[in-house]
Amino acid sequence: MTEFFQSFGMSYEWAWGVATIAGILLITLPLLLAVAMVIYVDRKVLGAIMLRRGPNVVGPFGLLQSFADGLKVFLQETIIPSAANKGIFLLAPIITFTVALAAWAVIPFDAGVVLADINVGLLYVLAISSLGVYGVVMSGWASNSKYPFFSAMRAAAQMISYEVSIGFILVCVVLWSKSFNMTEIVMAQKGHGFGFVNGFFFNLLLFPMFVVFFISALAETARAPFDLTEAESELVAGYQTEYSSMSFALFWLGEYANILLMCSLCTILFMGGWLPPVEWAPLYYVPGFIWFLLKTFGFFLVFSWIWATVPRYRYDQLMRLGWKVFLPMSLIFVALISGYLMATGHFG
Amino acid sequence: MIETIAFYLFAGLVIAGGVMVIMSRNPVHSVLWLILAFFNAAGLMVLVGAEFIAMLLVIVYVGAVAVLFLFVVMMLDIDLAAMRAGFIKNFPIGIAIALILLAELGLGIGAYGAGGLELGSADGMAVARTDVSNIEAIGALLYGPYIILFEIAGIILLVAMIGAIVLTHHESKPGARARQDIGKQISRRPEDATVMKNPEYGKGVEL
Repeated sequence: MTEFFQSFGMSYEWAWGVATIAGILLITLPLLLAVAMVIYVDRKVLGAIMLRRGPNVVGPFGLLQSFADGLKVFLQETIIPSAANKGIFLLAPIITFTVALAAWAVIPFDAGVVLADINVGLLYVLAISSLGVYGVVMSGWASNSKYPFFSAMRAAAQMISYEVSIGFILVCVVLWSKSFNMTEIVMAQKGHGFGFVNGFFFNLLLFPMFVVFFISALAETARAPFDLTEAESELVAGYQTEYSSMSFALFWLGEYANILLMCSLCTILFMGGWLPPVEWAPLYYVPGFIWFLLKTFGFFLVFSWIWATVPRYRYDQLMRLGWKVFLPMSLIFVALISGYLMATGHFG
Repeated sequence: MIETIAFYLFAGLVIAGGVMVIMSRNPVHSVLWLILAFFNAAGLMVLVGAEFIAMLLVIVYVGAVAVLFLFVVMMLDIDLAAMRAGFIKNFPIGIAIALILLAELGLGIGAYGAGGLELGSADGMAVARTDVSNIEAIGALLYGPYIILFEIAGIILLVAMIGAIVLTHHESKPGARARQDIGKQISRRPEDATVMKNPEYGKGVEL
C-alpha cells in the first residue's frame, strides 16, 4: 500500500506512515464490527439451543442488539471502587483490548493481504497472546476485592498451563511447513492431503494436534467449559466484578476479539487459511478472504455450540488436562512428527 | 528517520521503566514497570534486526517469568516499613554494586569507542550475515559448532527442573488425601452404583 500513497507524491516515510495507519484502520474497524455481530450470533445460537428466541427486538431479527448494548454502555457511569488501585484498575481493560487487537497485525486474510508479513509471525502471535493474561491479573489485583483476586490467580495459572502445549503444537505445524511466516504456513497446506485437500487437518499426525489446539484455544480464551475465571456460581463475575460501563465493555470486546483470533489461528494453521477447502479450479473464483471468513466463523459456531452444551470443568480437572494429558501428548507428537519428517526426507 | 524515532522511543521507555522499577513505592507497580522495560528492550532488538531474540524475550520474560514475579509479589503481603529499616545498613553495599556496574559500563563503552572490537563475533573478524533469517542463523550455530555446549545447557536445565519437582513434591500418606481415579469414575455404571428397592406399603427399606 506504501507504493499507492507514494504515487500521490508523498515521501517514502510519509507514505509508509499513512499506509500503516490506513492498514490498521482497515483491520480494526471491520474486526470490531465482526465482534459486535459475533456477540449477536453467540447469543442467538445459545438461545436456539436453549429453545429460546435470543435477541430479537432491536432491528430486524435483533441484528442491532450489540450496537444497542454498546450505546447503553457508553451512557453508563464509570464506577471506580474507592479501595481500588486507580491507575492499574483503569489500565487493565485497556491492555486486554489493545493486546486482543495487536495480534491481528500478522494474520493474513488473503494472499498478500496482511499488515505486517514478518518472518516470525507465529512467534509474534504467541508473544502477544501471552500478554493477554496481564489484563486479567492486573484487573483482579487492582480491584482490591476477593472474587476478582481469586479469578486473577486462576487466570494466571490457567493461561500459562495451556500456552505450553499450544507452543508445542505450533512447533509441529512449523516443522511441517518449514516456516514461522503465516503466509508460508498457509501456502504449505496447498494440496496437502492426497494432492487436493488444502489443510493440515487432513493428516493423520497433525489431526490430533488440531483437536488439542482447539481445546487449548478454548482454555486460552477462558471460554466454556474452561471459563473458571468468571465462573458465576463461585466468583460472581470474576475479574470483571468491579467494572462498569466502558471499562467493562473493553473487556467484553477484547474477549471476543481474542476468540475470533483463536478461530482464525485454527483456520490458518490447520484449515488452509484463505485457500478453498479442495483444489478445484471453480472454487478459486470465490475470493480468498471469503473462504477465510467462512472457516473462521465456522470455528466460532463450534465455540458457541460448545458453550451451550458442555458443563464447566472443575479447577483441578482443568489443570490435570493441561499438564498431564495435553503437555505429554503434544511432546510425543513433536518427537513423532520430527521423526517422521526426518525419515521421509522432508528437510532435504 | 522512522528508525531513529523508534530507537529513542524504545530506549527512553527502557530507561524510564528501569528507573521507575526502583523508584516506585508499590512492589506490584515495580513489576509492571519492569515488564514495560522488557517489552521495550524487545523493541530495541527488533530495530537491530534480531527479531527472533525479541520474540523470545517477550514470550519467555514477559509472558512467563514476569507473570510468576507478579503472581508472587501480589500474594506476598509486603511491609514497606520493614523493608526501609535495613536501608542505611545496606546502603554502602548498594553504592559499591552501582559503582562496579558503572565502571564496567564505562569500560565497555570505552573499549568499543577505541575501536578495539567489532560487533558480530567473538574474535571480531566476522561480519553480520544478512542473507539468512534469524532463526536459521541461530539454528546453524547452536546445532552446528556449539551442539555439545547446547546439549549440556539442556541437561543442566533438566536437572534443575527435576530438582525443583523433587524438592516441592511431598509424598502424602495413603488415605490422607482423597485421590481421584478418572478411569474408575468413568467406567462406573448406574447398575453398579444403584440398587432397585421396591418396598411394600408401610415397610421401610433395609440398606
